[in-house]
Amino acid sequence: MRYLPNTERDRELMLRAIGVGSVAGLFADIPDEVRFRGRLNLPPALSEPELAAHMKRLAARDADADEYACFLGGGAYDHYIPALVDHVISRSEFYTAYTPYQPEISQGTLQAIFEYQTAICELTGMDVANASIYDGATAVAEAVLMAHATNGRKRIVVSRAVHPDYRQTLKTYVAGMGLEVVEAGLIDGLTNSASLGELITDDTTCVIAQSPNFFGNIEDMAKFAELAHAKGALFVAVVDPISLGLLKPPGEYGADIVCGEGQSLGNPMAFGGPYLGFFATKMELVRRMPGRLVGETVDSRGQRGFVLTLQTREQHIRREKATSNICSNEALCALAALVYLSVMGKRGLKEVAAQSAAKAHYARERIASIPGWSAAFTAPFFKEFVVKAPVDGATVQKHLLTKKILGGTDLGRWYPELKNHLLFAVTEKRSRAEIDALVAALEEVR
Amino acid sequence: MKSLQPLIFELSSPGREAYSLPEQDVPGQANEFIPAEFLRDRDPALPEVSEVDVIRHFTGLSQLNHGVDTGFYPLGSCTMKYNPKINEDVARLGGFANLHPLAPEEVAQGALQLMYEMQQYLAEIAGMDAITLQPAAGAHGELTGLMLIRAYHRKRGELGRTKVIVPDSAHGTNPASAAVNGFQIVQVKSDGRGGVDIEALKQVLGPDVACLMLTNPNTLGLFDENIRLIADLVHQAGGLLYYDGANANAIMGIARPGDAGFDVVHFNLHKTFSTPHGGGGPGSGPVGCKKELAPFLPVPVVARKDSRYFLDYDRPDSIGRVKSFYANFGVVVKAYAYIRAMGPDGLVRASEDAVLNANYLAAKLKEKYHLVYDRLCKHEFVLSADWQKRVTGVRTLDIAKRLLDFGFHPPTVYFPLIVEECLMIEPTETESRETLDAFVAAMLQIADEAAHYPEKVKTAPHTTVVGRLDESRAARQPVLRWRPTAE
Repeated sequence: MRYLPNTERDRELMLRAIGVGSVAGLFADIPDEVRFRGRLNLPPALSEPELAAHMKRLAARDADADEYACFLGGGAYDHYIPALVDHVISRSEFYTAYTPYQPEISQGTLQAIFEYQTAICELTGMDVANASIYDGATAVAEAVLMAHATNGRKRIVVSRAVHPDYRQTLKTYVAGMGLEVVEAGLIDGLTNSASLGELITDDTTCVIAQSPNFFGNIEDMAKFAELAHAKGALFVAVVDPISLGLLKPPGEYGADIVCGEGQSLGNPMAFGGPYLGFFATKMELVRRMPGRLVGETVDSRGQRGFVLTLQTREQHIRREKATSNICSNEALCALAALVYLSVMGKRGLKEVAAQSAAKAHYARERIASIPGWSAAFTAPFFKEFVVKAPVDGATVQKHLLTKKILGGTDLGRWYPELKNHLLFAVTEKRSRAEIDALVAALEEVR
Repeated sequence: MKSLQPLIFELSSPGREAYSLPEQDVPGQANEFIPAEFLRDRDPALPEVSEVDVIRHFTGLSQLNHGVDTGFYPLGSCTMKYNPKINEDVARLGGFANLHPLAPEEVAQGALQLMYEMQQYLAEIAGMDAITLQPAAGAHGELTGLMLIRAYHRKRGELGRTKVIVPDSAHGTNPASAAVNGFQIVQVKSDGRGGVDIEALKQVLGPDVACLMLTNPNTLGLFDENIRLIADLVHQAGGLLYYDGANANAIMGIARPGDAGFDVVHFNLHKTFSTPHGGGGPGSGPVGCKKELAPFLPVPVVARKDSRYFLDYDRPDSIGRVKSFYANFGVVVKAYAYIRAMGPDGLVRASEDAVLNANYLAAKLKEKYHLVYDRLCKHEFVLSADWQKRVTGVRTLDIAKRLLDFGFHPPTVYFPLIVEECLMIEPTETESRETLDAFVAAMLQIADEAAHYPEKVKTAPHTTVVGRLDESRAARQPVLRWRPTAE
């Protein structure tokens, strides 16, 4: 077997050194009644060429977004990934390393995380960011656990315009903890701030809103922060990091915790993962923060260096008293995000955001002018929008596929009142010609 | 040449750029669409650097790292085995990497088939009835598994099962996952042979116990010979048995958790199934369970009807979802490729060689180091540097740091907590006898140095780009980000 170097002769020599007669003898401590005596019912081993061919056959059954015009969104986006990103994360000094427990031989990973933390702080306007959480949904759940640990309160107020997967994950997480989740309703594709305000009580641990929200609309986050703080609750802002090239950083409108899905920053869509949850907060809350943190220090020779720090928050030190159970995070995805932000830089990120917004607005205007179609909401939006269609999403998607176009997710699955309301996302990758082709295809849908 | 690098932010020079985008081909600017109150006034201080700056910077950083591809990495309980390169390639195939999670199922059949088959493979290896691929890491799998256990007891009306038992040798994630889930943690001590102390276990079992979380082989690398008895005792008390699969590399095709009486199991695909650790992640932590617990699995699970694969959301007793979408799919692809490359016999052979390599190292090192449990080990074993510490003052940390000078990553140190001056060594099956011998030679030389030139060990490392780092300073005066100097 190509991954196993021990030959029969190696095995013999090693058994002799151990003083055991056979490999079977090495397993003599496993009681007979729990030994597996059969042969695993798995397909036979494949050679490398056979394996490559098999995997290509499977992949060929899927829609490679590079061969389609992708207008799908809803938490995963087809932004351009510069060539540099994959070259850097393919360096095996990065991807075959473990968590940097030995800083003297892990300065590459440690410094990269420090730089990533800085980039996230700059984007969000916050003091401190961790080394990543699993994804956007789990970052929101961890934000709630952190809020609860900070103020001990038991009610969570979340907008219904927050991504449905995030809300569902949050509910799953808190089911065992005796916390109550209440949802604020919608008006015109935005959080109903009056309803949100009424739900916030003296026992509210945090208020969660997303902007741009699940429909792509830009929320009045400053107002929600004010409502939360008036009752002493924390405000959790869920944001799209690409939008922060243009939109106000949450630190400026009073967010206490800022988190979200970082996939758009240089990570492929990969059928839903691996992604990364970014997570930032204020310095005064850092000791309640989940996940790894890298800090700057000096070495025995006086040089600058980096180490994992404030580890007394973490499970391997504190066990059941840790701020979170997270151990493995999404370090390589965070590295991809850092490389992406380094390549795009100050102006590139802004241009990605600006082009996505301009193209999304062009697309909505064109689609809304098709007879029978209309814009669902009037609120300002960023790169994603909802249109009301004369037919259901499945019919639309089926027709679009014949034109090699992906898009038009029907919101009825998550919001029964929004059946036949279709979600489209437009990134900087989409050309005017592709948008026009989408419009032409939608005109044909009956 | 390896050298320390400035921060990418410190390379920034206004006006420099590394990106390129096509000209915008639609009309309009953002400030026409979005009211000014929502727009930022100040740009984030992201770097302004050229493409060459970026690649030199990150290449320079990478050279400061040690990875499996750089050299031996015997980090106990982390299973730092070789990461096959073909797996990296196939995960980047367009049909996998560029597949949107909300693409219609009819154009995601390859991905769904792969996930469906992976559920079956893992169920077979675990001896379980059903699998979810959704959890993003081992600890996330623990959390999910415990949620299943809670849901199972609740469904049966047993609301009083609020306690989770963990051995004192357990990974830190076990008690942390149970606590995050709202359980109370009861610790049970180990016996003289390194297994669960049966009498101590009996005393804590009762109608308030939800489950026992067990790693087997445990973090000492020892297979608990009483596993059947333990399973019977826990089940008789109405509790369930949770298998922490962090150490499953010792048992593939040799012992199946399901056959030993475990009810729920998680695997770490980034350990046992060869996917890379990425400097800390991404991982993937699929969870398996017996059929009694299957209704509670997170939604969606991948199912098949006739020849069509689909995402099944119609599961009324499900605990809900534990992350967005379906799984760390890109990681699952690599682990799937590994299982297909190894086949049923290859997996057995991998576990055999993992155990052979560990026992070989233990036999060679026990002359100069205290082998705490001198019996057959499985994929890993623990040494103590208590002999060295007592005689020469050289501690485990010093030995670990001295190993860096020999080009080896040190073993896991000071874990498990129940062994003083602990070194936990896991060579894995992908290392050759020659590599193991070189490691033995280094360890024996360090033992010799500790006896005769202890200062040399205590001041190590001597050859790395940075020396020992001041961790207490980092914690005392946290500097957690770079800040731009005022312009």
